Amino acid sequence: MILASASNVVVWIVWFVAASACIASAIGVVSLRNPFFSALALIGNLGSLAVLYLLLSAEFVAAAQVLVYAGAVMVMFLFVIAYLGGQADAPFAGRRGWQTTGAIVATTAILVEIIVAIGTTTGGSLSHEASITSAFGSPAEIGRLFLTDHLLAFEVTSIVLLAAAVGGVILGHHSRSISGIDDDARA
Amino acid sequence: MLGPDIAWYLGVSATMFAIGALGVLLRRSPLIVLLSLEIMLNAGNLSLIAFARHRADGAGQIFAITVMAVAASEVVVGLGLIVAMSRRRLPLDVDRLQTLRG
Repeated sequence: MILASASNVVVWIVWFVAASACIASAIGVVSLRNPFFSALALIGNLGSLAVLYLLLSAEFVAAAQVLVYAGAVMVMFLFVIAYLGGQADAPFAGRRGWQTTGAIVATTAILVEIIVAIGTTTGGSLSHEASITSAFGSPAEIGRLFLTDHLLAFEVTSIVLLAAAVGGVILGHHSRSISGIDDDARA
Repeated sequence: MLGPDIAWYLGVSATMFAIGALGVLLRRSPLIVLLSLEIMLNAGNLSLIAFARHRADGAGQIFAITVMAVAASEVVVGLGLIVAMSRRRLPLDVDRLQTLRG
């Protein structure tokens, strides 16, 4: 019993550190001036999310998060930011006052709404987790689900990735510029 | 389950979603808008995985992996658009790209 409560405290501490790192780095992504630092803050965000996934016993998703997201996707981001020169811009300048007010009101409203929705259900069904076996979230279990119950999602994902790859090639292709559109946007 | 209830994870997820939405609405650089979109997608992923743990149902994790693949596709197309914009010497400012405005 004492052992169980001690490990409970440890899990709470790990959760608290990971969750605060998550929120702090998310604020960093939104508010830092330099896009390069924003991307680095997003890597921190994805890493601490992977810790939260581990606490929720989603081992395979945590590994995929670190490898695919914090690894491959963010490297692509950093390459593009380096290619563009990473100009710093004033984070919240250039918006009209009503736009800023509206954005803050809208996001606060959705946050309060979700928190209230969680709070009203938290005493009941949300506090009793179903018990799981050690296979839950393991690569074998994920693979079994993907190839049996969710085969359609698996195949559709491959088509989505193919379409994205073709789109990336077409967008990156050096095509002649359509002068009218460019002049309009530059004006 | 050791540690906090699912409700705490959902609270973190809601906060991250709101921060990401604020970034999408307020920032003008398309790169930061894409990064904020990633935060919003990951907030959704955290909720999916929390509910998967809550119900002991692996389908939520399958969903999260699918969302990851969709997010990677979105980054490819978004970054392709940004590189195409900069190659045509267009301003990297989402407010000044209004050719499609009705």
